[in-house]
Amino acid sequence: MSWQMRFWSSTVGKKVVMAVTGIMLVGFVIAHMLGNLQMFLGADAMNGYAAFLKSTGELLWVARAGLFAAAVLHIVSAVQLTLINRAARPTEYAKREPQVSTLASRTLRVGGVILAVFIVYHLGHFTLGTFHPAFSHTGVYGNVIIGFQSVWVVLFYVIAMASLGMHLFHGVWAGFRTLGLQKRSASPIQRSAALWVAIIVWAGFTAIPVAVLLGILN
Amino acid sequence: MSGASMHNPGAKPMNLTLHVWRQAGANVAGRIVDYPAKDISPDMSFLEMLDVVNERLIEGGQDPIAFDHDCREGICGSCGVMINGAAHGPMKATTACQLHMRSFKDGDDIWIEPWRAKAFPVVKDLIVDRSAFDRIIQSGGFISAPTGTAQDANSLPIGKPDADLAMDNAACIGCGACVAACPNASASLFTAAKINHLAVLPQGQPERSKRALAMVDTMDLEGFGGCTLFGECQEACPKGISIDAIMQMNRDYIVASATKVDMKEWAGSA
Repeated sequence: MSWQMRFWSSTVGKKVVMAVTGIMLVGFVIAHMLGNLQMFLGADAMNGYAAFLKSTGELLWVARAGLFAAAVLHIVSAVQLTLINRAARPTEYAKREPQVSTLASRTLRVGGVILAVFIVYHLGHFTLGTFHPAFSHTGVYGNVIIGFQSVWVVLFYVIAMASLGMHLFHGVWAGFRTLGLQKRSASPIQRSAALWVAIIVWAGFTAIPVAVLLGILN
Repeated sequence: MSGASMHNPGAKPMNLTLHVWRQAGANVAGRIVDYPAKDISPDMSFLEMLDVVNERLIEGGQDPIAFDHDCREGICGSCGVMINGAAHGPMKATTACQLHMRSFKDGDDIWIEPWRAKAFPVVKDLIVDRSAFDRIIQSGGFISAPTGTAQDANSLPIGKPDADLAMDNAACIGCGACVAACPNASASLFTAAKINHLAVLPQGQPERSKRALAMVDTMDLEGFGGCTLFGECQEACPKGISIDAIMQMNRDYIVASATKVDMKEWAGSA
């Protein structure tokens, strides 16, 4: 058996794949949020930024391919680990009380499913325009304003971003820990950096649809 | 109850209701059975309370509740049951034998279940077969140096922080509470503790990479789950072993994989 197959077949190897791909996706999410916040700088800034991204040509497709591969590997390892973990406890307890595990850690799987559905919808909403009432390939600012006129769409985005925040609160901390990149700690389950990443990303992404719905952006 | 009363005259006996998993054997169905536990002294240990309940069951011609126990002083790792949904019960860093009934209130309901994991099949009632842990140790939790007589104590200097870390991890008694408490029934904390206590000592270095590969692979083969870093294992561990151990285990596993360690002709090879 090659070392790659041996690594991938182990639970530690799959977790390492989840961690590496997760960190790639977190990096994208932070950059994406910072880019999106240019909505608050006006239509010219936002449309100019979008035009700049499109002007990168092949580079854009390299980034898209990388993100797609990361997302697929992240999901495949998550599904496989979930199946392994479920099989490891065929009989549930009549009573088991979580002692210290966070709500975020216990809802990672359902949150991940919400995010996967959201990503499909979001790509159809603002990248392909399939789910958008008046999509323009150059007028990103206008797409966002029109796209967030529906309360239901905004509500879905708010729920999805709450899931993302929860996902990051556990995932950012656990990812670096899985890779062995943190220091030993007297209270290893404490996580302040991950909390800040989660709050900033959640707030940054949630601000835009809410601001559009409230008429702050128009 | 007189002995307990003399020890603590103010302690009033308690009346409890137990909900206990009863299973006659490995391949038969089990179920929760309710038992009253009357006149229980708060000074009894949890296992002494079960002893009293069992004496009454035997007097009534019933099969006593089977549970594992040995030293009853918190160091052997034999005992361990889920008590009200927590491994070893509500006290932190305490085995079931060192848990006392004063941790409960008169009139309480107490749920008592065996460790639940595919790799820990139930033998009877609250007793599970934990030999999967032995096989993880057999796959690499040792050093294969010819030791001879003990060498001079100062001939192999080890820094205090490393010695402390090794001892903290070597404190693992293999009770299985980490597996029991883990939502994934993962044995990561156990395996990591055994890897860690050798990984920080000079004696453990020659086989360090092979040990990490072999023990993690055996852990997976035995049917334990993977680590999601819930943190429940650390909270349940009666010896307070830190999930930092899992971080070091992963590091060793990653390094061993990346350096393509040759596992042939090694005693621990799976």
